[in-house]
Amino acid sequence: MDLWSYLEYAAWGLSALFGLHILVDWLRTDSTYSEDVLTSSREGELEAMAEEHKVH
Amino acid sequence: MTDIDITSQTMDGMGPHGTKVGLLRVLGPAHVWALGVGIVLVGEYMGWNFSVGKGGAFAALIACWFAGILYSCVAMIDSEVTSTVASAGGQYTQAKHIIGPLMAFNVGLYLVFAYTMLEAANAITAGYLFSVVASMTGHEAELDQRPFIILVITFLAWLNYRGVLATLTFNLVITAIAFIAIITLFLSTSGVLGGGIMEHAALFEGHELPYGWIGVLAAMHFGLWYYLGIEGTTQAAEEVRSPARSLPFGTLAGIMTLLIAATLTWFMCSGVLPWEYLGDGVSGSVAPLFDTARLSGSTALVWLLGFGTLFATLASANGCINDASRAWFAMGRDKYLPGWFGAVHPKYRTPYRSIVFLVPIALIFALGAPLDQVITFSILSGLLGYTFMPLNIILFRRKWPLDTIKRGYEHPFHPIPAFTLLGICGVTFFAVFLGYGTQLVAMIGFYIIVSLWFHFWRYRFVNRGAQFTMPWPKPKGY
Repeated sequence: MDLWSYLEYAAWGLSALFGLHILVDWLRTDSTYSEDVLTSSREGELEAMAEEHKVH
Repeated sequence: MTDIDITSQTMDGMGPHGTKVGLLRVLGPAHVWALGVGIVLVGEYMGWNFSVGKGGAFAALIACWFAGILYSCVAMIDSEVTSTVASAGGQYTQAKHIIGPLMAFNVGLYLVFAYTMLEAANAITAGYLFSVVASMTGHEAELDQRPFIILVITFLAWLNYRGVLATLTFNLVITAIAFIAIITLFLSTSGVLGGGIMEHAALFEGHELPYGWIGVLAAMHFGLWYYLGIEGTTQAAEEVRSPARSLPFGTLAGIMTLLIAATLTWFMCSGVLPWEYLGDGVSGSVAPLFDTARLSGSTALVWLLGFGTLFATLASANGCINDASRAWFAMGRDKYLPGWFGAVHPKYRTPYRSIVFLVPIALIFALGAPLDQVITFSILSGLLGYTFMPLNIILFRRKWPLDTIKRGYEHPFHPIPAFTLLGICGVTFFAVFLGYGTQLVAMIGFYIIVSLWFHFWRYRFVNRGAQFTMPWPKPKGY
C-alpha cells in the first residue's frame, strides 16, 4: 500500500462524511420546521420593498 | 424602512409577500465575477484545443474571437435584463416575465441540464487529474478515480448547502489563483520576463488553415469552450446586495477577463505545441496550458499550472452546483416543478433540497457516461439558451422601452448585439451539426417532448397568479 492507496480510502471516507452530514441536516431541518416556513420564499421581495418604500 | 438591513439574518425585510425564510443577500460584484469566470476558466485549461484539431491554429483563433463576440453580446444582454429582473433562476425568470411560461420552462431546463452536465464533466476531469498526479508521483497501479469524482461532487455540494457566501468566496480565491497562473505563464514564456520559447512562425508554416474555411466553421463548436458559462452570473441575482450594480459589473468584468485569458491561452499554447498534438485533446494535449508549462522547463510553473488546472476544474463544478440549484429552486417555487423544491434552509438560507436532489443526478452522469457525450449535452443546452437571449432582449425593449422602467444597465447599440448573437448562434448550430448531428436532433426531440408534457399536464399546477413579480407598468401594446 502506497500513499495513493490510502488517499483512495480517505476520499471514500470523506465523501461518505460529507454526504452523511448533508443527509442528517436535511432530515433534521425537515422535521424541525413546518413546510409552510420552508417553502415561504417568494420571488421579488426586494422589488416589493422598493414598491412599499415611502420617502418621508 | 430604517429597521431593514438586507444583509442581516434577523431584520432583512422578509415578509412583504409572506416570505419567512428567503435566500440571503450577501454577495458583491467580486462574487459575481468569481461565479461567472469560475465556471468558465476550466475551458481555457482544457477543451478549447479541440478547435485546433477541427481547423488548425488560426481557425482556433478566429473561433476564439467570434465566440468572444457571441459571449460579449450574451454578457451585455444578460447584464441589462438581469439587473432589472433580479431573481434566482436567471434566464428562466427573464423568460417568465418577458416571453411566457412555455419558454420559461424550456429555458429553466436548458440551464439545469447545461450546469449539471458541466458539473459532471468537471468531476470526471478532476478524477483524471488525480490519476495523472498519482502516476507522475510514482503510483504504479491504476488509480481508482471514482472516490475522487464522488468526493469532488459531495464536498462542493456540502459547501453549497452550507451557505452561498463561503461557496463563492472559495470560488473567488481558487479562480483568482487559476487566472494568475495563466498570466504568470504568459509573462514567463512569451519573452516579457526573461527568454521566450514561442515559435509561432515555424509551427504555423504550411499549416495555416489545414482544412480550409470549413475547418474554421467546424472550430466554432469548440470555440464556445473559452467562455461557456459566463451567463451563469445571473443566477446570483437574488443573493447580491445590489443587483443593479453588482450584476452588470461582475458579468462585464468577467467577460473582459475571459477575453484576455482566452487570447493569451491561444497565443501561448499555439506558439509551443504543434497543431496536430495540440488539437488532439484525447491522446495528444489533454491540458494544453499544463503541457506548455512542462515545456518551459520550470518546475515552479509546472506546479503552478497543475494547481491552476485543478482549481479551475473545482471552481467550475462549484459554480455549476450553485447555478443549477438556483434554476431548479426557482422553477419549484413557481410550481413549474413540485413546490417541494422551492424550500430554503432556515439556517444556511440556501435552496437545500434542490442542491441535494441534483447530487445523485450529477453522480450518475459523472460515473456512468462518457466525457465527450456529457460535454456535448452541456454545450447544446447552453446553445439553445443563447438562442433564446436575442429574442428575449428584443421583446424586452419592445414591451418595456427604455423610458418606461429603470434598468441597472442599458446595453449599447441595440439591436445589433441581439442580431449578431442570433447569427453566430446559427453558425454554431451548423458547426455542432457537422460533428454531433445525432445528439443535436435527440436533444431537440427531448425538449419538444417535455414541452408537450408541460403544456398538457404540468401547467395546471403552476402558481399562475404569483408568476409576475416585477413592479413594472403594463407592457406596451397590451
